[in-house]
Amino acid sequence: MQSLGLDVIFKGKNFIRLLTGLWVAVRISLISVSISIALGLIVGVLMTSENKVLKTIFRIYLEIVRIMPQMVLLFIVYFGTTRVFGWNLDAELSAIIVFSFWGTAEMGDLVRGALISIPKIQYESAMALGMNKVQVYYHIILPQTVRRLIPLSINLITRMIKTTSLVMMIGIVEVLKVAQQIIEANRKASPNAAFGVFAVVFLMYFLICWPIGKLSVYLEKRWS
Amino acid sequence: MGNTLLTVKNLHKEFDGKTILKSIDFEVIKGEVIVIIGPSGCGKSTLLRCLNGLEDIQGGEILIDDRKVISGSKDITAIRQKIGMVFQSYDLFPHKTILENIILAPMKVLKRKRSEVEAEATELLSRVGLADRKNDYPRQLSGGQKQRIAIVRSLIMHPEVLLLDEITAALDPEMVHEVLQVVLDLAKTGSTMLIVTHEMSFAKAIADRVLFLENGEIAEESSNPKEFFEAPKTERAKQFLKSFEY
Repeated sequence: MQSLGLDVIFKGKNFIRLLTGLWVAVRISLISVSISIALGLIVGVLMTSENKVLKTIFRIYLEIVRIMPQMVLLFIVYFGTTRVFGWNLDAELSAIIVFSFWGTAEMGDLVRGALISIPKIQYESAMALGMNKVQVYYHIILPQTVRRLIPLSINLITRMIKTTSLVMMIGIVEVLKVAQQIIEANRKASPNAAFGVFAVVFLMYFLICWPIGKLSVYLEKRWS
Repeated sequence: MGNTLLTVKNLHKEFDGKTILKSIDFEVIKGEVIVIIGPSGCGKSTLLRCLNGLEDIQGGEILIDDRKVISGSKDITAIRQKIGMVFQSYDLFPHKTILENIILAPMKVLKRKRSEVEAEATELLSRVGLADRKNDYPRQLSGGQKQRIAIVRSLIMHPEVLLLDEITAALDPEMVHEVLQVVLDLAKTGSTMLIVTHEMSFAKAIADRVLFLENGEIAEESSNPKEFFEAPKTERAKQFLKSFEY
């Protein structure tokens, strides 16, 4: 049987380098996800408002995010702004901007969906018990919204983590880029490294995303 | 009258330019049980919803203890504490246990002590025969049990008036009885209630007064329920009651 090319992983500092690359991907996801959740909650509440102008603005925003491939957004923010506005944005900052822009829109839509799925009678029966608006939201509406939101947002979070593999296109050395570098450097010595190294990268993504998915299943069961 | 709890004067309600309620006038005296009946869409439920400010009104006024009920006003939450309401659909909070459903409002709205509220909740629960269910979640209960809990949740706020909006309409027939029994017991203990219902024999048994609503107006009012159900004065009420015979 051909070699699987796994020997390269433990050559020199290769494994540490891969982990460092993974941390870059995780760091970008973590920051972007946090920003997306915070802004998404606000955007989601605003999306349920009666204001037509607000509604239209967020509708367009959401459509742009849905239609535009993330890579195009990355190129616009990283390369485009340098040419047109002369901004010299750091690649990682550009990535965080794009991922947050994307995540906020989708998170907002999830929050909107969760909010409007709470029956009107829940608001009314809480108000009929003499609760004020803040109490109604804090004790009744928000806990139910969060319960509906968690499984949905976990799906978004894992998609965001996986999509960080695109950022190597604007020169960020994350786990996938490190993998490529390792494979290139060992082309002669272990020509089969592509299999082994990418398999390890796959495992790394799996180990990050799988527990998050598990958590979602657990929470869904507990709150059903 | 000295002990008038609730006064409705010339109430007028519109929705999207359509008149839902017009010239509604009545008073509720402490301890009285008023049953409101009428065909679907006559405005019965809307009337109850107006009484605790869930709907705004376009004319007239509603007074509870001489305080005006105005939807969206600042003291509406204070006024709502005096009025309990139970809805047609099971409206328990699904993320809270039965006990938490009951003690939430007294603790957060009335700022009462947890131990004291819990003791009262337990006592009320045994009165409706559900003391053993207090740690269950609403989804584990039948419709009839949920409605009994919803009644307890209103009662623990010690409302001066209790509004019951077709509370048995969404229940299976065999569960209607257990819920109505609780309401009958309440009437015996002197609770003041406004009841919208389609259960005519129940209405006849419990009412001190009957309001027959049609097209948003009180078409007939009777302080003698027996007489009303057997020989209504208006033609419309006659026809309406006839529709319940087979």
